[in-house]
Amino acid sequence: MTLTDLSDAPALRAQLRDFYDDYAFCLDEGRLEEWPDFFTEDCHYRVLSRENHDAGLPLGLIYCMNKNMVRDRVTALRETTMFEPRSLRHFISGVRVMELQGDHIVSQANFAVMESLSDREPSLNMVGRYLDVLRVTPDGLAISRRDCVYDNYRVRTSLIVPI
Amino acid sequence: MTCSDSAVLDTAATAPIHLERRWPKEGYTRIPNWVYTDPAIFQKEMDVFFAGQTWNYVGLECEVPETGSYKRNWIGNRPVIMVRTETGDVNVLENRCAHRGAQICWQNTGRVTDFTCPYHQWNYDLHGNLQGVPFRRGAMGKGGMPRDFDPKQNGIRKLRSVNRGGSIWATFSEEAPSFEDYCGPEVLAEIDHMLPGKPLKLLGYSRQLIPSNWKMYLENLKDPYHATLLHTFYITFGLWRADSKSECTPTGGGAHSVMVSHNEGKKKTEATTEMSRFRDDLELLDLETVTPRAEFNRGRVGGAWVFPAAQFGIQANSLKTRHVIPRSPTEHELVFTYYGYEDDDEEMTRLRLKHANLLGPAGFVSMDDSEMLNQVQIGVTGYPEARGIVEMGGRDTEPADYMVTEVLIRSFYDYYRKAMGL
Repeated sequence: MTLTDLSDAPALRAQLRDFYDDYAFCLDEGRLEEWPDFFTEDCHYRVLSRENHDAGLPLGLIYCMNKNMVRDRVTALRETTMFEPRSLRHFISGVRVMELQGDHIVSQANFAVMESLSDREPSLNMVGRYLDVLRVTPDGLAISRRDCVYDNYRVRTSLIVPI
Repeated sequence: MTCSDSAVLDTAATAPIHLERRWPKEGYTRIPNWVYTDPAIFQKEMDVFFAGQTWNYVGLECEVPETGSYKRNWIGNRPVIMVRTETGDVNVLENRCAHRGAQICWQNTGRVTDFTCPYHQWNYDLHGNLQGVPFRRGAMGKGGMPRDFDPKQNGIRKLRSVNRGGSIWATFSEEAPSFEDYCGPEVLAEIDHMLPGKPLKLLGYSRQLIPSNWKMYLENLKDPYHATLLHTFYITFGLWRADSKSECTPTGGGAHSVMVSHNEGKKKTEATTEMSRFRDDLELLDLETVTPRAEFNRGRVGGAWVFPAAQFGIQANSLKTRHVIPRSPTEHELVFTYYGYEDDDEEMTRLRLKHANLLGPAGFVSMDDSEMLNQVQIGVTGYPEARGIVEMGGRDTEPADYMVTEVLIRSFYDYYRKAMGL
């Protein structure tokens, strides 16, 4: 995939849209092993509450400070964690380019994650927004920095699969 | 009624609902499931424990840095506020207007010069004294409060509170012993170990709503046995193992407890063969996630449970308080407050944040817990008359220097039965 000229706004937005959709597809299909491919080696990935974000507090529930930590998350989920089986659907909307900085795109989008457990009605597990810095690479877009800022006051039971 | 067996139904409908709550005859080695489901038991716990002669965690001083900074919290199901006053002390007030009972703070944190109830704008100072009642003398010569209404008698209740090394505690009881006597020397030593009086730096919160009775979380923190089996991540990377040097000490008649172990790193011993979930082949790419930098605790991990609802502890370089807020018989909120010390270097702050990946709602070694507690609640709710067994490590309540024991849970129920009259 080659990236459209950054000055071509509608084309760029379409490409971004595809990127976010691919990301959601990867997680929803449980292809966790492919999830690290969306990140740069020096990435920052964090899931934090709006409460922490608004107060300028750095604590993340998931805080990967590089791509190896992203890979380790997958290992832990696959190999060591006990959790009730569930299916998750990420609904991503409102994709926006906020700023262009050289080969970086500052963007954001809303997310909603619906969770379905085997014996209960689906429920809204988490809602919030991605605050992203994406890098334009020869292979396409990659996440250099992603803060998943959730609006929920409380996490429902546990946060198992990344957002 | 036209139904042919209506006589049977009539008998059932008129029979009084009589649930006898009798503790199993074996005593504290058995836990009846109804302690996790019965609304009457839950309400009694709120009255006897949270509103009774206990000291309750409210927050850290560093959360309210300036005069007028406040933070909202709950003691049991009662909303409270802690606020920094003009003298630099921290007050704990009921979060309830003296007039009609509305919460006077409906945000978690903020900064004010005084408190104004949003409903009828009754105004209070930072000590809860009523300063102003709009239209106290009425309007256009009519209405208003009776002449003998005394603002001094109608403030917001200020609770007895203490500040121990930067942690704020409060009690609703005037009869409760001093905080020091309430904790006892062992628990106090643990709090002082974590909060040696150095200024603290707030790093953030995690909050989760767990669909289980609050005591299940308390038991989870009094149960080193499960951690050596359920938490493969812990076991594999040596953060908490059955064959580590450890201490389980019940204190305060069983209400409190100290549970500590030592980080011994990844190793293979005789005991690992019993740990079916030990994974010798498992490697992390970023080993720093499980490698603490040496600091004050010298590899000692774990901490103290301060009854009813707080725990202080350390895991790797992550420092946090845990606070349980019971929401209903079958639901509790769990809040972690993560902090560091003001004099931490940048590297240490980074490690404290990194090691926070281990615990909390998405923690490598605590996602399992909230998932399991939900399963236990579903199981016990269906069978309130059944009971659980806590005989691992024997039937006594003596301190243990090993992990494969449920002594802290037994001691707790020894205390609980007496306090609840069960």
